[in-house]
Amino acid sequence: MEIIEEKKNKSKKYKPILDRIPDWPVYQLSKNRKEFIEEVTRKSVERIHELRPSTKQLIEDLQATAYREQNRIKRNRWRVDPKDDSRFWSCIKNELADLSAKDAEEAKPKVDDVLLRIVHRYSSEIAGNFKANSYRFAREAVKFWFARLLNGARVKKFGAYFRNQYTLRDKIHIVGKVKMLRNLARQGTVVMVPTHFSNLDSILIGWVIHAMGLPAFIYGAGLNLFNIRIIAYFMNSLGAYKVDRRKKNLPYLETLKMYSSLAIQKGAHSIFFPGGTRSRSGMIEKQLKLGLLSTAIEAQRALYNSGETRKIFVVPVSLNYHFVLEAPDLIEDYLSVKGQDRYFVEDDKYGSFQLIRFLIKFFGNRSNISVSIGRGLDVMGNFVNDEGNSLDSHGRIINTKDYFISSGELTIDRQREDEYTRMLSQRIVSEYHKINRVFASHLVSFIAFEMWQKKFSQLDLFNLLRLPEEDLEIDYQEFRATFKRVRKQIYLLKEQDKIKIASHLKGKSDLAIMRGIDNAGVFHLNRPVLKNKKGNIVTKDLSLLYYYHNRLVGYGLEQYI
Amino acid sequence: MALSNTSEKPVGVIGAGNFGTVISNLLAQNRKVLLYARNENDVMRINATHLNRGYEVHPQVEAVNDLSVIANECEILFPMVPAAHFREMMRRLSPHLHPYHMLIHGTKGFDIALPKGETIESVKKLDRSMVKTMSEVIREESVAVRIGCLAGPNLSKELALRQPAATVVASSFNEVIQTGKKLLKSDRFQVYENNDIVGVEIAGVLKNIIAIASGALNGLGFGDNAKGLLISRGAVEMVYLGRALGGDTKAFLGVAGIGDLVTTCNSPMSRNFTVGYRLAKGEKLKDIIEDMKEVAEGINTVRIAKKCADHYKVRALITDRLYKVLFEGLTVEEALDFLMRYPLNVDIDFI
Repeated sequence: MEIIEEKKNKSKKYKPILDRIPDWPVYQLSKNRKEFIEEVTRKSVERIHELRPSTKQLIEDLQATAYREQNRIKRNRWRVDPKDDSRFWSCIKNELADLSAKDAEEAKPKVDDVLLRIVHRYSSEIAGNFKANSYRFAREAVKFWFARLLNGARVKKFGAYFRNQYTLRDKIHIVGKVKMLRNLARQGTVVMVPTHFSNLDSILIGWVIHAMGLPAFIYGAGLNLFNIRIIAYFMNSLGAYKVDRRKKNLPYLETLKMYSSLAIQKGAHSIFFPGGTRSRSGMIEKQLKLGLLSTAIEAQRALYNSGETRKIFVVPVSLNYHFVLEAPDLIEDYLSVKGQDRYFVEDDKYGSFQLIRFLIKFFGNRSNISVSIGRGLDVMGNFVNDEGNSLDSHGRIINTKDYFISSGELTIDRQREDEYTRMLSQRIVSEYHKINRVFASHLVSFIAFEMWQKKFSQLDLFNLLRLPEEDLEIDYQEFRATFKRVRKQIYLLKEQDKIKIASHLKGKSDLAIMRGIDNAGVFHLNRPVLKNKKGNIVTKDLSLLYYYHNRLVGYGLEQYI
Repeated sequence: MALSNTSEKPVGVIGAGNFGTVISNLLAQNRKVLLYARNENDVMRINATHLNRGYEVHPQVEAVNDLSVIANECEILFPMVPAAHFREMMRRLSPHLHPYHMLIHGTKGFDIALPKGETIESVKKLDRSMVKTMSEVIREESVAVRIGCLAGPNLSKELALRQPAATVVASSFNEVIQTGKKLLKSDRFQVYENNDIVGVEIAGVLKNIIAIASGALNGLGFGDNAKGLLISRGAVEMVYLGRALGGDTKAFLGVAGIGDLVTTCNSPMSRNFTVGYRLAKGEKLKDIIEDMKEVAEGINTVRIAKKCADHYKVRALITDRLYKVLFEGLTVEEALDFLMRYPLNVDIDFI
């Protein structure tokens, strides 16, 4: 296999921007965990009262909540669920049943009490628990074992496992606006919004943040991940809070948003995966979840409201892989759901054992990863400069506070903020496309799939994917010509700052194609794209090829096939 | 919203054309108004005589000649300049704008950005990346985000006589809608709300096409049956085109859609109607344009809509025939003949 060497990573080490862990905002948050949970509870209850002003409405919502919770317990139980779940909810249900008969005046204090208990339960469940010691331990353990795996696989000598010739830094390339990010983290609170393709993303991002010398970020990790013990340990120590996607009721969602908003206000740098879940299709996210994103905007307004000028910065990050472990399952999900209005079921086939096996595979191979850090934005999606000032498209400094000003005063207008959230999400999506880094494997997959699609243009996607793989073959010369043509377009896009490219994409096209083929989905049982004996392009799994191809959808490159 | 606070600040109107002047007068009933006119002589004349374009100007209206003044003094601005000059105006205004500014425009037209050296006719395809509504121009050119638009049956002359009329204030921000409503509403002027700003903008633009056709029918001497036919089929065509351009069906059925359409199609006062009327009387487009004081937005709209319909593969028969009449020498009779023979019999298929 051809080794893909990136342009030599300027792998100088970044100094931590805050030396002592006790100075980290996330540490402060954990130290006062109990008070924080109380505050989240109190403010969430306030918010819910604001959203459901009448007692009758509130009872109805709480009844719906209890009903759904009991359904969840019956249908979809997880290992992490608390033992008393069933008892708690049947108790709540009975109390509510009694209350609905009473008149509003009489019922109110009791309903308020029920709400408080529910919200308190939720906020305690959500709250993360960052521990400096286990953070240190986890960090060192990750570094140590990853280095063992990496060196064991790469250095072909006896005792390689104990060498330190390679570090993670050789494996994971951090490119883009690192310096700016470090600057912004010093001046304000950073909300990092990465693309989401794999369960590995959260661990990867955790390491990347440490490698950039930043204090630990908090982030909402799917509660399903806490079912896996090893991950649960790391997550807890990294300051993760828990997000349960099964719970879609009003009190839960409001509590979750309040938790995030208050943590940001207290200066805890945060990570949101704004796609909400892993991209099933392999495409860059187009629709973002607005709930958590709105908390960044709300937090900024709340800061201004309390007289603080500290800013919140949104930093888009794109994770670029040659190989996504879960790709076959993801694309299968995507195809089976497409066209039908169904939700993705969070169903993890991967336990601790599979995870370790995956990590061995991952670090053992030469398939590198790059993480592109985008330019910082303010919560309205305006670019900021190194000093953290927001800039308009002409480079003029603008005051972010002005977005919340009406008739000369700072006002709270939720509808306005919803709209701002939508605008921010569109902005993030367009930044994702700009910082997306094209690997040779992405391009090769894209071209192969598009060429077949063009050849069988009378077929719709599903019929195309049903074609027997043996019937698919592309003449190499033809493929190469197309590759050159499309690559040229990508160069043009790059000049217009609409995309980024990995350095290994450049150079002789034969070589670039070979690199692409060698790395595209390299560890799948059935390779998405390869060369046959005649030197022509074939595939062993067209659906998988479709998945990797999707990475480059949205740039209008199809017309150059 | 604490409107009592803003009440001390004047409201700005940009553009002292017919509509700008009339809107200034409407606003002046509630608030002091600064009216921006590009021409310095106009400013002096308006302030000295309180007359503009044959309308009396309310004493609470003060004409100014400096965009920076209007932006600094006012938080709420009503840009009312023709589409062709809109972007250029925004570029001059933009340096003085802040995110707290609220802009509610009343311009019914598209902005087009073509590659260098191309014209609407020569360009290979015309899609939404090149055709922008005014709210999109404001977004592109400035930091203002709280943007709204006015659309509806608002003939300047009737408004000036305080005859009953209505408008839609459309914006994705409730705040903007409510502010616009408070400022404009009077016992003779009803204000409706709509959240689909792009749909409302597009409806306001596309109706100009049908207005030209209506003028043409009138010029041929046809009566109300013909007009009923035109308006109903025209509305359908607007929905098709509008949806292709990103509007929602509903906007086309409301005050800014049907309401405006019926008004414009019945109004010999409207510029677009006049264009159609004179065409039907056998005049040449060039001569008609030369005679007009203000732009008939409809002529450009026909060119743009035709090209977009081609690109998005929308069946827009009226637009297409009208294009041929305006630019390819087809006579109005021939166009009508074609439409009457066209084998199309589904009445409504979009709800």
